[in-house]
Amino acid sequence: MPATDRTATGAAMDAPHAEPHGSLGVAFWATLKRDLVLLLRRRSEVMNPLVFFAIVITLFPIGISPDPQLLATIAPGLLWVAALLAALLSLDSLFRADYDDGSLEQLLLTPQPLALLSLAKVTVHWLLTGLPLALMAPLLGIMLALPAGSYAVLALSLALGSASLSLIGAIGAALTVGLSRGGVLLSLLVLPLYIPVLIFGAGAVQAAIFGDGVMAHLAILGALLAVALIFAPWAIAASLRISING
Amino acid sequence: MWAFIHKLGSPKWFYDISARLQPWFWVLALALIAVGTVWGLAFAPADYQQGNSFRIIYVHVPAAFLAQSIFVTMAVAGVIFMVWKIKIADMAAAMMAPLGAAMTFVALFSGAVWGVPTWGTWWMWDARLTSMLILLFLYLGVIALRGAFASRDSASRAASVLAMVGVINIPIIKYSVDWWYTLHQPASFTLTERPAMPTEMWLPLLIMVVGFYCFFIAVTLLRTRSEILRREANKRWVRELAGGIR
Amino acid sequence: MSLRLQARNLACERDDRWLFRGLDLDIRAGEIVRVEGPNGSGKTTLLKILSGQLAGYEGELFWGDAPMRRAREAFLSSLLYLGHAPGVKAALTPLENLAWYQALAGQPRDESSRMAALEAIGLAGFEDVPTGQLSAGQQRRVALARLLLTPRPLWVLDEPFTAIDRDGVQALEQRLVEHARRGGCVLVTTHHELTPCDALRRIRLGPGGDDAGH
Repeated sequence: MPATDRTATGAAMDAPHAEPHGSLGVAFWATLKRDLVLLLRRRSEVMNPLVFFAIVITLFPIGISPDPQLLATIAPGLLWVAALLAALLSLDSLFRADYDDGSLEQLLLTPQPLALLSLAKVTVHWLLTGLPLALMAPLLGIMLALPAGSYAVLALSLALGSASLSLIGAIGAALTVGLSRGGVLLSLLVLPLYIPVLIFGAGAVQAAIFGDGVMAHLAILGALLAVALIFAPWAIAASLRISING
Repeated sequence: MWAFIHKLGSPKWFYDISARLQPWFWVLALALIAVGTVWGLAFAPADYQQGNSFRIIYVHVPAAFLAQSIFVTMAVAGVIFMVWKIKIADMAAAMMAPLGAAMTFVALFSGAVWGVPTWGTWWMWDARLTSMLILLFLYLGVIALRGAFASRDSASRAASVLAMVGVINIPIIKYSVDWWYTLHQPASFTLTERPAMPTEMWLPLLIMVVGFYCFFIAVTLLRTRSEILRREANKRWVRELAGGIR
Repeated sequence: MSLRLQARNLACERDDRWLFRGLDLDIRAGEIVRVEGPNGSGKTTLLKILSGQLAGYEGELFWGDAPMRRAREAFLSSLLYLGHAPGVKAALTPLENLAWYQALAGQPRDESSRMAALEAIGLAGFEDVPTGQLSAGQQRRVALARLLLTPRPLWVLDEPFTAIDRDGVQALEQRLVEHARRGGCVLVTTHHELTPCDALRRIRLGPGGDDAGH
């Protein structure tokens, strides 16, 4: 049997350096696609944060008051805080499955930079958590009597802001993936870091309601995302290497 | 230069040199704090607006300074530990965190006490106090993360990464909280942003600040020394120190 | 330059206990090196250090003539590591699992080579079944198919025989010998007794791991 195998050829053996390293793009897309397929095969995991978002939003009118005027004033903050918590909910599983089944070790052992491969995983998290939450938020905005004219800004600010949230959150997820009960600790680490995004995200919606310019807020959200994009992947990679040490 | 850095990194050398430095910092800290306290509380003139209640800044400001400096120092120690693998840096960082959290708490508490005569309430969402509160959460996160790992090496590295991530975020958080505060509550006076303080007021304040820093250094030296003994307990020089058998 | 992995004065301390100290290794092309020792002697840790996963060690590692720090990328593109956990996704089919590994290794997407690897490892007919529905031994085989799919000279295998049936064990053992014969190099831990052959070498880690050597 071994004689007919497609094992390595003698040439490759003699020259360890001669093997092609492969393109980073291929590995990035393959990881992106794999994680998308994995999550889409378990739709309930994609749905859970959305349902959580809807339930939390339902709790507020019940807990505070059904008065539309009161709800309208607190709606931007409520929607943002609830979406932020919903995005946090699914973070714990970002690297957990890969850690448990050994894929994470393999990811660490590829010649490609780990920072960029983990960026692929974060992108999937945003595509299947942050983006759906952003698209769903206007619907819940109606239920909270959010004033007209701020719906597009709500969705846009959430889409932009949740990308930063995914990146920052992934650092926490990477730091706690090796711990058996990292869930609560994860939120403790990550929530304080979410505050700037919350301030400018909810601020954008508020500005839209008051008719002020929203561009400043959105620009700052974009700047925060740029900073997160520059720093977070390296922090995620370093944290994963620490976590794999056990 | 390199030899010096690595010598500094040797626990035994640090243990010896810190034994000589430590008493000086204790004396300096106690003397400065005593002078600053008496001067600030008894001799500095009362504020024309706030009367005697302003005197709480002699505790509040040094504590707030120290709270922020300790976090930065902790992150720098983290970088030193991660890059040059100098264990002393990590031991010092581990010992600093609780002190930093305590200082943040002192700053928050003194701010709250000051709020009673000024705002008539124990808590206001003042920009400075809010930033301090978030800083306290960051400290608690670092301490909790360090405690969560079973392996000390991983704990040290994880805490270092989190401290670095935190230190990048502190200015962003501070800036966004200031923005948020001015947006919601323009023009109200805070504890420290005051126009031209007379010399008799700020000189004791300066003395207190320097005194607090000396206190921080003294406490960190003391605690790091005992941490060295704890971590190096089975090294030869420690056993010899204890007079035990080799 | 030929295949050579060296460790000089390697030591690993885990929470105030030395797993091993003063370990010198020189692993060359054509060798099968079996790391032995009782539970907790640091076999897995040694394999993880030698595969460049753990940073918490003392001593030096060399790949070829270069220190590991500088040769890391070249080293990683010569390495195939299979750990305790198979690294296989239960929700993906064996073909999809291998597709990801193929992409990570920088190989062109090629379904026929994946099919061939799965067939050779004894998984013909299971290519499109979600891996979660396969038995533990079959899942392990999906991971082992990477040995055939991705030509890499250095194999680091942590308990590769786990959950594999008797025929599979024999075939795998033969495969290791064949790999060494072709100039490859295998570093393995196993509780299964390997058939002695010329290429086989042993490294023994002590129980307390105080003075490990050859």
